[in-house]
Amino acid sequence: MKKVAILGVGHTPFAFGTKKTLVELFSEAAMEAITNSNLQAKDIQAMYVGNCLGDFSEGQGMVQSYCASDIGAWNIPAMRLEGACATATMAIINAYIWVASGFFDIVLVGGAETASKMGTSLATRTFAMFADGHYEYPCGLTFPGAFAMLAHLYSAKYGVPLKKLKEQMALVSIQSHHYGKFNKLGQLHNDITKEDVFKSFMVSSPIQLYDCCPFSDGAAALVLAAEEKAKKLTNKPVYIAGMGQASSGNYSTQKDFLPRLRAREIAVKKAYDMAGIQPKDVNLCELHDCFSVASIIAAESLGFTDFGRGGELWEKGETRIGGKIPINISGGLKSKGHPIGATGASQVADIVKQMRGMVEPERQVEGVKIGLTDTLGGDGIICNLVLQRGW
Amino acid sequence: MGGIEYTLTFQQFNETLRKKNKLLGLICDDCGKYTCPPKMTCQECGGTNLKIAELRGSGKITTFTTSYVTAIGREVEAPILVIFVELDEGPWIMGNLVGVDPNLATMESIMGKKVQLVATRVLPTDTYSKGEEAKGGLSRPTFAFVK
Repeated sequence: MKKVAILGVGHTPFAFGTKKTLVELFSEAAMEAITNSNLQAKDIQAMYVGNCLGDFSEGQGMVQSYCASDIGAWNIPAMRLEGACATATMAIINAYIWVASGFFDIVLVGGAETASKMGTSLATRTFAMFADGHYEYPCGLTFPGAFAMLAHLYSAKYGVPLKKLKEQMALVSIQSHHYGKFNKLGQLHNDITKEDVFKSFMVSSPIQLYDCCPFSDGAAALVLAAEEKAKKLTNKPVYIAGMGQASSGNYSTQKDFLPRLRAREIAVKKAYDMAGIQPKDVNLCELHDCFSVASIIAAESLGFTDFGRGGELWEKGETRIGGKIPINISGGLKSKGHPIGATGASQVADIVKQMRGMVEPERQVEGVKIGLTDTLGGDGIICNLVLQRGW
Repeated sequence: MGGIEYTLTFQQFNETLRKKNKLLGLICDDCGKYTCPPKMTCQECGGTNLKIAELRGSGKITTFTTSYVTAIGREVEAPILVIFVELDEGPWIMGNLVGVDPNLATMESIMGKKVQLVATRVLPTDTYSKGEEAKGGLSRPTFAFVK
């Protein structure tokens, strides 16, 4: 298997109410990634496009071939992947396999979403399609609803009183907004307080509006290349050193593990083992904070602390720059935004830029050698990537 | 040849719950454990020697939420009290709780409480759930506190 490097990355602004189409957003991110790789579109041999809901948001399926056509990568094999919010990371894993196998040398991969176009109630309906539509959705399960149930379960199982857990959850959102306000490509640029969180609209008890990521539009893309090719094109290759992906059935099949998501523990172990590292070796992590409590749950399963103690990481500032494990210094899904089909590529793009010293100075983490991304799709897909600085 | 059909399909599960107010599951001949909602294989051991079993419909609430935001077409339902029930036979099933004001639901008042299946509520099908298998609507396991 060949070693696979990330060359250039591209990232549109994340926003609510874009005036661009899905294909336009993807193509802009793609061209930025290609240009930053010192390549042209005709050098791209294949591409993977992550997109979940174009069918609903724009009445547009099969975006991949239109994206390839628009950027001028004519007639190449183009694939669309859908795995709810883990979509783009799934796309990266598949693109990685093609390059690692030696079948292609240079592959473009990314994702795009224009969720804001659906409006809240259709968006809520379509997001709920990423839960069990026959056995769980009919009861009224929504995405925030699922994490709300996990929050209550977490409180009971670990003996963290709900009031304390809610305080910890608020700290997660506050930190995301703090760093997110410096991210020029992010969606939200305001600081928030505990008071703001606690007086915000109750979405699904105990989750309030400021515990939730927003609906977002945007795209992100990367160019992957085989090691020998990459060395000719950049002196700052970032290697995909480890990867893991796992799936689970609906929530009821996960009864023995909740609020832990078993798929995460399996996926991240694969990624750590493949890279030959341990959680303590990770210098920077972008994890899937679709809801504040999701960050706490994720940090535990990724091995950064014991079960039931995730919130303490935020309380003690361990997740900030200079802390034990800086988390979501991009602003995370909460502040940067969450265009679901693009999120995994956005996480990777941000860590690559961090390693190359290319983010805003207020949120630059120095000396990042190993980064970890964590992306959760629906109730059952987890993808983890270990990224390693190659210079 | 060599294929395997579902012992209990969604249609049969859904209709039985909707028309007869009975909760069906599967019992595994290999490990003796129950699976509900149904699947092709036993959720505990992966076995395929399954038989349909009528479950008692009683258990205890493990977690809940009161949802104030709903999907399109369901706005009138808000707030919805969604619960997870650990059935006496072992499986967890998602359902609704009736007889309680959703606005007043707290961890103390809901979690750990014993519940029993009552008259099934039904979600009418929408644009995205119009198949024959869902004809008559989607059954929602509906529970109330055991008095």
